[in-house]
Amino acid sequence: MFQLIANIGKYMSMILAVFSKPEKGSVFRARLFEEIDFIGINSIIIVALMSVFMGGVIALQTASNMDSPWLPEYTIGYITRSSTILEFSPTIICLILAGKVGSNVASEIGTMKTTEQIDALEIMGVNSLGYLVLPKIMGAVIFFPILIVFSMGLSLVGGWLAVLLSGLASTETYVFGIRSFFEVGDITYALVKTVVFAFLIVSIASYYGYYTKVGAVEVGKSATKAVVSSSIAILISNFFLTQMFLL
Amino acid sequence: MIEVRGVNKTFADNHVLHDINTKFEKGKVNLIIGQSGSGKSVLAKCMVGLHRPETGMILYEGENFTDMDHKERVNIRKEIGMLFQGSALFDSMTVEQNVMFPLTMFTTMTKKEKLDRVNFCLERVNLDGKNDLYPAECSGGMQKRIGIARAISMNPKYLFCDEPNSGLDPLTAIVIDNLIKEITYEFDTTTIVITHDMNSVIEIGDNILFIHQGRNWWEGNSKGILTTDNKEISEFVYASDFMKEIRTMMKEKRQ
Ligand SMILES: Nc1ncnc2c1ncn2[C@@H]1O[C@H](COP(=O)(O)OP(=O)(O)O)[C@@H](O)[C@H]1O
Ligand SMILES: [Mg+2]
Repeated sequence: MFQLIANIGKYMSMILAVFSKPEKGSVFRARLFEEIDFIGINSIIIVALMSVFMGGVIALQTASNMDSPWLPEYTIGYITRSSTILEFSPTIICLILAGKVGSNVASEIGTMKTTEQIDALEIMGVNSLGYLVLPKIMGAVIFFPILIVFSMGLSLVGGWLAVLLSGLASTETYVFGIRSFFEVGDITYALVKTVVFAFLIVSIASYYGYYTKVGAVEVGKSATKAVVSSSIAILISNFFLTQMFLL
Repeated sequence: MIEVRGVNKTFADNHVLHDINTKFEKGKVNLIIGQSGSGKSVLAKCMVGLHRPETGMILYEGENFTDMDHKERVNIRKEIGMLFQGSALFDSMTVEQNVMFPLTMFTTMTKKEKLDRVNFCLERVNLDGKNDLYPAECSGGMQKRIGIARAISMNPKYLFCDEPNSGLDPLTAIVIDNLIKEITYEFDTTTIVITHDMNSVIEIGDNILFIHQGRNWWEGNSKGILTTDNKEISEFVYASDFMKEIRTMMKEKRQ
């Protein structure tokens, strides 16, 4: 428990250092694009795959559970849309990204730490946290929402393909379901969650990477801790955000 | 000139440095020698501000570095070049980008000026034309030379080298040693080299500081270190059979 509080304190002071004394504008911009490429573009394929298949599964599950004749067929589209936008895309995809991006970021920074590259930055007079971590956080905060919107779209396409191929509903009813009872607020809610998760994933992973101890196995340990802690942080903050928005 | 006054450094309950007092002269190669774990790297890291000593101070040309605020420190750090034990090159960048990095961060030079400076530094360490290689594609000796090129790119007044020839074959080690020596005399830097290589001690050591169990034990030059009768130094210097044989030969010659 004491350990946890100490960690959170150290994490907070790291966040402060990340946002203080930013580097030259041109340097920051170049780093930001590097990170958007590294963190965001590299995740497109896994997000696409996950989304199409999960969309398909949600649609099939919904269809197979609709025993009651009172439920209209367009329920399939409606349920697929709500689960995708409210939980699947923002939360589940971010959990997947916590695994991929979190371990990448922690091991990249951890390796730089153990090979003294971070010391090298500091010696030169560079604020290593500002230089390394800030563009990562900003890159994720900017690009994760794009990824998630992309995921929502593909998940709905996956659901459509599933109902079409299995003949459970027509394209018209599916699309009608998707469009019924639609609220723009749901998307806002999903994107706010995404931004919070993006921040948590990258900052927590950076924290574990930056405070990696010296030694060959330590980088791996940091990466594991990063994934576990950021996943837990996502689940806990998801609970509170859901309460705040939906109630 | 860099002066170290009364520096103590402790990690948890491990008291690493005990009241270190010494001076490092300008235009000279100043060596810090001693066994592994004696605190050499920690002393160097205290001097450049990567560690904060509990007591004591570091003076750069009489200015107290330890008490400076962040901005003043950065100004001193821009005058420090450091070659790390493991080279610490940025492995996501090419050789050229590595050497150019400090210039990009801290100068307003144009692209052309930066490139000229990079090429000058690479030439200086005999790596002209290797601009587009990545550190992983370079041998250990090349990595050290890239590290030196990066360290001198900002025309530093102070050059720190932590075990510059560890992990190198004897011939390459001599190349690196000579390079450090030449650069020191050419650019009149205050150079500090951490080493436990006896060859470097004798070849390039203008001043030598021997650290033993975190204390400054002995100071002198390369002649003195071979003839001193200090027990700990003799054990360190004449650790190998080869050096012991040399000692016997030297004694016979004298008689
Ligand atoms: N960052 C650190 N945290 C804790 N202990 C350290 C740290 N760096 C060095 N030490 C300890 O300080 C002592 C001296 O280390 P060092 O200066 O690296 O030795 P060397 O003379 O071989 O360079 C060792 O006992 C080492 O364990
Ligand atoms: Mg060392």
